[in-house]
Amino acid sequence: MANVPADLRYTKEHEWAKLEGDKARVGITAFAQEQLGDVVFVELPKVGAKVTAMKTFGVVESVKAVSDLFAPLSGEVVEVNVELPKKPEVVNADPYGQGWMIVVKLANTKEWDTLMSAADYDKLVAAAGH
Amino acid sequence: MRYISNTPAQQREMLATIGVGSIEDLLSRIPAKARLSRPLSVPAAMAEGDLVRHLRRLSSKNANADDFACFLGAGSYDHTVPSPINHLISRGEFFTAYTPYQPEASQGTLRSIFEYQTMMAELCGMDVANASLYDGASSLAEAVLMAHAVTERNITVLSKGVNPLYRQVVETYVEGPDLRLRSAALGDGVTDLDALRKMVNAQTAAVVIQYPNFFGCLEDVKAVAEIAHAAGSLLVVAADPVNLALLTPPGALGADIVVGEGQGLGVPMTYGGPNLGVFAVKQELVRRMPGRLVGATVDLDGQRGFVLTLQTREQHIRREKATSNICTNVALCALMATIHVAIMGKVGLRKVGELSAAKAHYAAETFGRIPGVKLKFSAPFFKEFALELPKSPDRVVKRLLKDKILAGVPLKSFDRAYKDCLLVAVTEKRTREEIDAYAAALAAAVA
Repeated sequence: MANVPADLRYTKEHEWAKLEGDKARVGITAFAQEQLGDVVFVELPKVGAKVTAMKTFGVVESVKAVSDLFAPLSGEVVEVNVELPKKPEVVNADPYGQGWMIVVKLANTKEWDTLMSAADYDKLVAAAGH
Repeated sequence: MRYISNTPAQQREMLATIGVGSIEDLLSRIPAKARLSRPLSVPAAMAEGDLVRHLRRLSSKNANADDFACFLGAGSYDHTVPSPINHLISRGEFFTAYTPYQPEASQGTLRSIFEYQTMMAELCGMDVANASLYDGASSLAEAVLMAHAVTERNITVLSKGVNPLYRQVVETYVEGPDLRLRSAALGDGVTDLDALRKMVNAQTAAVVIQYPNFFGCLEDVKAVAEIAHAAGSLLVVAADPVNLALLTPPGALGADIVVGEGQGLGVPMTYGGPNLGVFAVKQELVRRMPGRLVGATVDLDGQRGFVLTLQTREQHIRREKATSNICTNVALCALMATIHVAIMGKVGLRKVGELSAAKAHYAAETFGRIPGVKLKFSAPFFKEFALELPKSPDRVVKRLLKDKILAGVPLKSFDRAYKDCLLVAVTEKRTREEIDAYAAALAAAVA
């Protein structure tokens, strides 16, 4: 069983979202960081930027690849993890904790239900050969 | 270039392979009126000796900088090209149409590019320089695109003191991404700071000036930096690195991006190219920088080595999200500049700047004493200045050609407002005799 916390929701692009009132905290999954390898750079939007569900909101770069980050939910960025550009390795060490990327104030709370449950995401990861 | 034969037998074989009866059949879709109906009038083949003589005769019709005293500038300068440059770049390891970037095979090439980057960064007073772009104009255009990407703003303010040809290239580049340009007017030869201050606001991605500017005048870079930064815009400075050995580097005056034409650093003028696009940035902007970048690292055994670095900015990896479409550099011209700077050294480079400036000022004073001739601007200048003439600059240029003097660039074709002006550049190569001969010929031409 992969590291897929039950209280989070997921995208098929391997981002997680955690509901915090009318906001959601966003990052990439343990599976994603494992596949990427050592993360060397994270590019995040500015506070105040608008993000749209399943559109890119930033970039994560590892020694192996560059990948777009997809917003699980639409809304306004109200918080950005400013430590990440300085310490990108935190994404590998603690993807669900200190490796969080942005906090989005949700434009449409109904979008939450379109995200994958932990069980569904676990199946996706298992199917990807994990 | 290898000769590839194309005999009638081979032609038949190729046509048979693609299933076409004749070459004529291939062309049948082109309308008859668009086609030449007679054979090309190409002269008969010549023996090698005859051909060389013929070509020599043709090329001797050019007024070249070896036989003429060259006072042309406007972006390409007749600076000294020390002879070791040509010998060293002709080595097989360097002299190839393709630049090998593989670290396993190309430590020498990568090292030379790394040295180039270090030299340019130091001359510009910046943290990082890339492996070079095509020329000063395209470097500037890339800087404008980069400033838009960094600031997420839409408008660039370009000083009218920036080379008009560079401004045209920038206009072409910004057409696709639909970015806007605004021109900042000049006061007496330099950007009008009060006018500039009114134009720069929260929509301004970058302010662009040239230093010294197109007319040779020295902009107040620090004051422009303050105006740009107060609005949260970037300052882009186009500079000739030759002059930066003597002038305070733009990086020390607040520039965020420094670009320039590096041709004066040991690259011959060769009728306008290939040139050398210098591009340097502050550390925090490095991931937005276009072009190739060589970095120093250590191998498995801990030995120093050189590799392409931060390639994830580039098109072959980042695809449509790359910082730029440029995935190459002008390695041979960059090598010329590297050898040039190494030969000249700190003292030599300064000397080039000092001599150019001193001779330019002697020339300006001498020419300015000729009745009817005056300096167009009173702002301080470096090695280039605009003269206002009482007679047509085109005719003066023609007249001085007879004395084997390339008098300068008439400014009429760039801006009608300067129809009486001639832009004159003086490098360290010009002698007192040449300058005095110019003065005498000019006096006669305008009398």
